[in-house]
Amino acid sequence: MTQKPGWRELPIGGHLHEPGSSLKYKTGPWRTYKPVLDKAKCTKCLLCWIYCPEPSIDRTNDGIEINYDFCKGCGLCASECPVKAIVMVEE
Amino acid sequence: MYRKKGKFTGEGVIPYSGEGSTVTIEGAAVCTQTGCAYTGNEAVAYAAKQCNVDVVSAYPITPQTIIVERFSEYVANGEVDTKFLAVESEHSAMSACVGASLGGARVFTSTASQGLALMHEVLYLASGLRCPIVMAVVNRALSAPINIHGDQSDMMGSRDCGWIQLFAENAQESYDLTIQAFKIAEDKGVHLPVSVNLDGFTVSHATESMKACADEDVHKFLPPRESLFKVDPTTPISVGGMALPEYYYEFKRQQEEALQLSKLFVNRVGKEYGKMTGRRYGYLRTYGLEDADAAVISLGSTCGNVRSVARTLRAKGKKVGAIKLWMYRPFPREELFSAIKDLKALAVMDRAISFGAPQGALCSDIAATLLNTGSDIKILNMIYGLGGRDIPPSTINTVFTDTLRAAKTGKVKERINYLDVRE
Repeated sequence: MTQKPGWRELPIGGHLHEPGSSLKYKTGPWRTYKPVLDKAKCTKCLLCWIYCPEPSIDRTNDGIEINYDFCKGCGLCASECPVKAIVMVEE
Repeated sequence: MYRKKGKFTGEGVIPYSGEGSTVTIEGAAVCTQTGCAYTGNEAVAYAAKQCNVDVVSAYPITPQTIIVERFSEYVANGEVDTKFLAVESEHSAMSACVGASLGGARVFTSTASQGLALMHEVLYLASGLRCPIVMAVVNRALSAPINIHGDQSDMMGSRDCGWIQLFAENAQESYDLTIQAFKIAEDKGVHLPVSVNLDGFTVSHATESMKACADEDVHKFLPPRESLFKVDPTTPISVGGMALPEYYYEFKRQQEEALQLSKLFVNRVGKEYGKMTGRRYGYLRTYGLEDADAAVISLGSTCGNVRSVARTLRAKGKKVGAIKLWMYRPFPREELFSAIKDLKALAVMDRAISFGAPQGALCSDIAATLLNTGSDIKILNMIYGLGGRDIPPSTINTVFTDTLRAAKTGKVKERINYLDVRE
């Protein structure tokens, strides 16, 4: 792992001059429980896609996929899924 | 951005020579100035007007009200093209100032007492986000009990907010420091907010004769603001991001370095202002320290009383001196030490109680200044003037008597003296 920058190297005031830099900050490791999708049960209703606050549900040609780089494991998707196609599993 | 540490050579300590408030600077072509009669509040509003402020967002509170009122008149009369935001609270006032400042505007506001307390949260955002806002704080007591009169509890309560804090003795200094404050704050090597403090009523409401510069001289002294960064749709940036344990500490360390280094700019601007007006500013002003055994240090309007009493005592052959601190934050540790190191006793005047602390806030700073220096200066802490209690020359006289006694005997009777409080 590379050394993090010291205080002299950081942008003053913490202002971020590069748009979209939050993409570099992966929040996946925050997770304690991981949402696991059962594609056989999924009806592609997209309620999980609507409710995900991150958003870490990506739409694909055959339904959805969970983006584990950014999913923090809040469990909203599992809670909202009307057919219980998503279950939370301990990491 | 971060320069090598400057050398602290004792510059910025300006002695009083003679009786007047002007300092003659050799070879300086002092600008033409107009004599006028202003209260401290009017002087600040007039200075802000001459500084071509882009945005004023403020909420009126006694004894600061007249600053906002005067400025809103300038706006209504079309004398300035400032965007004046009449907001619903001081919390909103400072929040709007932060937004405007991040947008690259020159921003001014003012407040007092409870207003400053309500802003407290946002003061830290202004300094943390490096917004060069200038704010006049008309120092007033904090509730409870309710009191509208002058003391310095308000700013002392917010002294760790990361702002540069300047204190004015009278209307002239309120005017001068307001103009300098913009130049200090907006310098790209500083980029920090500045508060200009003036004592409630004693300075804010007393009309005094003073000198004001011509508009064009102020404009020359203070060109339009250039920002290191600004919120602008053509070059998007994000401000107010989150920094968790692995980064927050580094940002705070960086901010502290910026505040400590800002003192070099305070002195530089004070010198430049002196060249323009003949009134040289710096960190502190000394009177009679060349041969003094005992001295009194204070902030704000009391400095005039202290100096006046010191002058009377010196005429009687007493070796006394006086120190006025213009810049309270960053604290001019090295320069103050070089000024006081030969004293035998020093009385420190605190116009606020630091509840539960070993002594007043200013006294704690002086004690820290002397820490590990081997100094044996006797320190007397005087709490005074709370809630606008008058501080007459007779009281200052007893302070000098006590300090001279401590200088002679090497003993300090009371850890803290509460001046003129009824027992």
